[in-house]
Parts: sequence; structure tokens; C-alpha cells
Amino acid sequence: MAGAGGRAPLGLRRWLSSPAPAPRVCVVGSGPAGFYTAQHILKHHGGALVDIYEKLPVPFGLVRFGVAPDHPEVKNVINTFTQTARSERCAYYGNVTVGRDVTVPELQQAYHAVVLSYGAEDNRVLGIPGENLPGVYTARAFVGWYNGLPENRDLKPDLSCETALILGHGNVALDIARILLSPLQLLRKTDITDSSLAALACSKVKRVWLVGRRGPLQVAFTIKELREMINLPGARPVLDPADFTGLESAVRDAPRPRKRLTELMIKTALEKPVEMQAAAAAGAAAPREWGLKFQRSPQEVLPSADGRRARGIRMALTCLEGSGDSAKAVPTGAVEELECGLVLSSIGYRSLPLDPAVPFDSQHGVIPNSSGRVQGVPGLYCSGWVKRGPTGVIITTMNDSFDTAQSVLEDLQGGVLDTSPPREGFGLVESILRSRGVRPVSFSDWEKIDAAEVARGKAAGKPREKIVDPVEMLQIIGH
Amino acid sequence: MKKTGVCCQPDEREASATGECPGLWYDGHLGSATLRVTGQKAQPPPGCCLLSAQEVGPLGNWDLLYVFGMYTKKKTVFAHCHVSSTQPKYLNCGYAEKGGLLIFSNLSYSSEDQVTVHFINRDGEQLTTTAKEGDSLLEVVVNHNLAIDGFGACEGTLACSTCHLIFDKDTFQKLDAISDAELDMLDLAYGLTDTSRLGCQVCIKKLMDGLTVRVPMDVSDMRRQLEVGKQSKQ
Repeated sequence: MAGAGGRAPLGLRRWLSSPAPAPRVCVVGSGPAGFYTAQHILKHHGGALVDIYEKLPVPFGLVRFGVAPDHPEVKNVINTFTQTARSERCAYYGNVTVGRDVTVPELQQAYHAVVLSYGAEDNRVLGIPGENLPGVYTARAFVGWYNGLPENRDLKPDLSCETALILGHGNVALDIARILLSPLQLLRKTDITDSSLAALACSKVKRVWLVGRRGPLQVAFTIKELREMINLPGARPVLDPADFTGLESAVRDAPRPRKRLTELMIKTALEKPVEMQAAAAAGAAAPREWGLKFQRSPQEVLPSADGRRARGIRMALTCLEGSGDSAKAVPTGAVEELECGLVLSSIGYRSLPLDPAVPFDSQHGVIPNSSGRVQGVPGLYCSGWVKRGPTGVIITTMNDSFDTAQSVLEDLQGGVLDTSPPREGFGLVESILRSRGVRPVSFSDWEKIDAAEVARGKAAGKPREKIVDPVEMLQIIGH
Repeated sequence: MKKTGVCCQPDEREASATGECPGLWYDGHLGSATLRVTGQKAQPPPGCCLLSAQEVGPLGNWDLLYVFGMYTKKKTVFAHCHVSSTQPKYLNCGYAEKGGLLIFSNLSYSSEDQVTVHFINRDGEQLTTTAKEGDSLLEVVVNHNLAIDGFGACEGTLACSTCHLIFDKDTFQKLDAISDAELDMLDLAYGLTDTSRLGCQVCIKKLMDGLTVRVPMDVSDMRRQLEVGKQSKQ
């Protein structure tokens, strides 16, 4: 790179026509990372052709399977992704599992550049005894269940207990608490799956604790989601004022986001829910409740007497060493037990290695890279959670994907990616897939599935009724 | 001047005088008894049902007046709108068949309402356009197809911070008060400043004529700037 005259300016202009063949780019994964990377390349390079591969028949990744059903506005990004997929120089190929149906080296033969945007399909484990007892679920599986992710459709979570405990203080934990405690009439109008709705209708859960190892100043959830939980109809927040002693002054000079978030928790902790007390006095049914517990680290999920299910959890009380984001939770030696029949572990997603040809940092769960360029493998890039780690909201992934796309564009413009040997793109991949008995799903195929889901939802007043069986999806499109 | 009428029937589109796009002059009544624009929410016509916002689908670049709802009766769509006055306005009616849905496009006011706005893009380029009073800055960017990457991901529903814009101090102080909901999302924006707002929540006023707003750098921009700085020191 020395002597190359520095990097290209931000905001590359449209690529002017030239005799070189059109660069062919392959993106693996059709969630926000994949689509934003594709979008940025297509927008800033007038000739590039981008193919997006996805292992499920249906696109959009976590926008479809992660964003909560009662957050439809967040899913509006699907509209811009749809425009991209329908554009001339973009193609979508669903039902193709990269690493199995086609390998990364094979993709590198077919394309000038390959971008890995396959996200984080696994989760961190607690590593404590009892974590595999019935009644303990990962947040990832539970969210997948109510969002219709095919691999979680048979989860059948047991919601017959009164108290649920969620380990983790992120937005996913809040999502789960909200879905567990939301009035059914609100959930009924969302795209939550019918079978989850039926299960929630029979749910006995009336109390949800969100438990974290550190303190209020280290919570990872954001204020909009917290406010939503505080305002949830029919559920009252239970925050212990003692947890917030001295924090008002501690955040006085903190950056505004942390300050407002902490102030909201303090305000909620100190407020006496007058209407709730009056209602209780009047004999109204006890409202559901949820609360935050801090500085508790799970040690063991305790089994019931017959050993068949979870009945509680033992937690170590911690103290904090250091402050701010880098504060560490250290056990004090004291422990506490909490009775609960449902435990949800919401301690983070985790990426998995895809292909032996792709370097992977197991410790951090990411593909080693620099601005999205995979270390040591020219022509290979990554974007999204597999590049950066599984945190952040859609804007974080958007910026990150643009960053990777910029690297691809720079390498195309600077000759680092040699596009003079033409590559066959899907032409080559198609024959590989055929020889392995794999039949890809096109974007217009997805639109048929989409139409079927919307039609099914209409009768029930829902935006869609998600199809959760991949076989059924394929039947609809005649595969 | 064209006749009034329910401008929603697909086959009632008429060529406009300007030739840009078919349209109808609106003189305060949108035609039949089923649709009367009085500045208040109209009742749905009999036999029609209210579609949810989701079913309306992506409105994308269409510039809408305050559409409260869209009703459908088989293939015919009636939209009722709140219009701020009964002055004659020119409505461009384009339609896209989206399961029988009609979407209004490019409703434009007379030229007196035009305000000039400058956007300084992330790469320093100035993008200048005119806008109508009442349009949000997000609508301005979308309607004029300004080349700002990733702007308005959630389409103005206060579910992201991608329409984050930085104002000069004077203008900032004259903007309408910021809501908690906007603050909540702004808190997640990169490069937050004391004069930051979300474009989808700021509407054009006459006093903004000649306004210059800045599109903030995002994290990846800043990283690349640091890289350029490092390389030039080598």
C-alpha cells in the first residue's frame, strides 16, 4: 500500500465505464449486514454485480427472526433491502448453506470478492451446573421460538411457573421480559407466531426478574426499551432504591445517554406506584411485575426434588472493581437463592467458524480482520457481527457494513482486487449446487412465501403469519 | 384546471398541465360523498375497512400529506387526508398496484412554500435542495433522492438514529421542543453534539430558508480518517 497515495476519499463517485469485466461480489448472509454491504457496493460501483446467499429459504436474518414482534418499525429496513434485492445487479439465493452446499474456496473461484456476513448463530454458555435442566433456555432459542425461526419451532418452553428469571441486562433480556408479560391483546396484532401466542395465552408467568452480574451503571439495555417496559400495561416495575444510592451524583457528569438511562431507573425505583396500590386495595387482580437485580452472578440452577426440572437458582453476590464499562464483578463469598421455574440465559450471542479456509478467532468469536478485510486471505471480507462481535443495533451494523463495503470498493479501484480475469459468479455455483442436489430459492420465490404469510395473517388481523417449516416454504414455491 | 373528483380511481387519472406526472386539481373537496376533506378525520365509507400501516407497505419516495388511513374496497382505494387549508393545490396522483393499493405521489404545494436547505454530506460535499414548509428533513432527503448513505432506515418511526443531523446553534434554539422519544433515539447516535436532532422530527419552517445542516460522521468514517492520518505520517 506504500506509495499508493493514501486511501481513496470518502464517498467514492460512481464508477465510470471501462473495458474491464464487471466485478462479481458474493455476500454470505442476508441479514442487515449482508444487505447493507451489498447496497453500499451497488450504489457506489456502477458495474459491480452482487449475489447474496442465505442458508434459510427466507431472507433478512435477525430483522425477521430477532427483532421483537411488537417492534414493527424497526423492521422497516426490510423495505430498502427489498429494493436492493429487486435491483438489476443484485441476486438472492436462499436455501444455500455456505460451508456445506458450497465452500468458501469454491465461492472465491466464482467471485472476485467474497464478503462473510453470516452473523452469530450460537450463544455464550453459562458453564454452570443445572444449565441443561428442563426449564432453562437460551435467549437465542426463546427469541427464535416466538419469532418463528425454523430450528426453534419445537422449543415448547414450559411457562407453567409463576416466576421467570432472565440472566442478562441487555435489550434481548428486556424483549423477552416484555413478551412474557405483555397483555395478549397487544401481542395478538403482531407477527408473533400463532403457536407462541397460544403458549403465552396459557402462561402462568406473572413475575420476571432480570439479573445481572454488575450494577446499574453497567446495564447494556437502552433507554427506549427500558421506558417501554416501565410503561407496559398491567405490569409494575420493582426496582430497589437501595441499588441506586449515590448514583444520582455519580452520573451527573456522565455522557447524556448513560445519565438519562440511570436517571430513569432511579426515578422508577423511587416512585410509589399509587394506582397499583389503590387497585390492589380495591381487590383488583394483582398486576404482573418485573424487576432488576444487580450484582448477582449465577452459580447453579437448582433442580426440583425429583431432579426433573429447574426450581430455582443460586447466585453469588458480587462487588464491583473499577468503574464504568470496564468494571468487573468479583464474588464476595455471599450467596442468595431465588425460586423460579423458568430460566432464560441472555448473556450474548456467539459466531461459529464457517469453513476451514476462513481464519477464526475462537476466543473473541470473530473473523480476524482489519476494516473488514480478512487477515491473510486476499479477496475475503467480513461485515456485521461476525466481524465485530454480536452487539449493537441496526445502525451499528449499517455503519460497519458500509465500512467493509468501502474496503471492497477501495480494493476494486486500487487494483488490489484483480478483476481482469472474469469470474463466472452464480454460473459456476449453480452447477456445484446442482451436483449436490441443492435447489436455491430466488427473491421472487421469497415474495410468494411473503404473500402467503401476509394472506394468512390477514384473517387474524396480523401483519403476517410466519411459516415456520422450511419444507412448507419450499412447497409453496413448488420446490 | 381540472375537475374535482375522487382522484383515487385508477382510471380517473388525467394528464396534468405540467406534463410531469398525471394529476388533478383539488379545490377542497376530494369528490364524492365517500371522501370529503374538511381538515378532520373522515369516516370510512361503508363496506371499507381500515388497513394497518403495515399493509400500506413501503411508501418510499412518495410525498404524502398527513394520511390518516387508507381504506380499501376491493381494488378501489380511498385515501383521506388532512390538508392544512382549502386553497387550491395540485395533487399528483400516481399509483402503484400493490395488491390493489393506490399510493399518492409527489403532492406539491405552490412555489411560495419553498425553502432552500443545504446538507453538508459526510465527505464534505454540499447538497442543496428546496423543500416545502411542514416537510420533515427526512422527507426532504428521501423525496429529493439526496445521496446520503443509510439515511432514515426506520422510515421516520423513531426506531433508529440514522437521520441524525447537526444544526447551527441559532437555528437549533428555534426548533420545536424535543420529545423524550426523540431524545431516547438520539442518545444512540454517533457523534452526538449539543445541537443534534433527528431529521424525521424536525419540520421545515419559513425561518429555515437558507439553512445548512451537517450529516455527522459515523464510526467507520472516523476510523478511516484516523487511518489516513496515520498513513500520511509514515
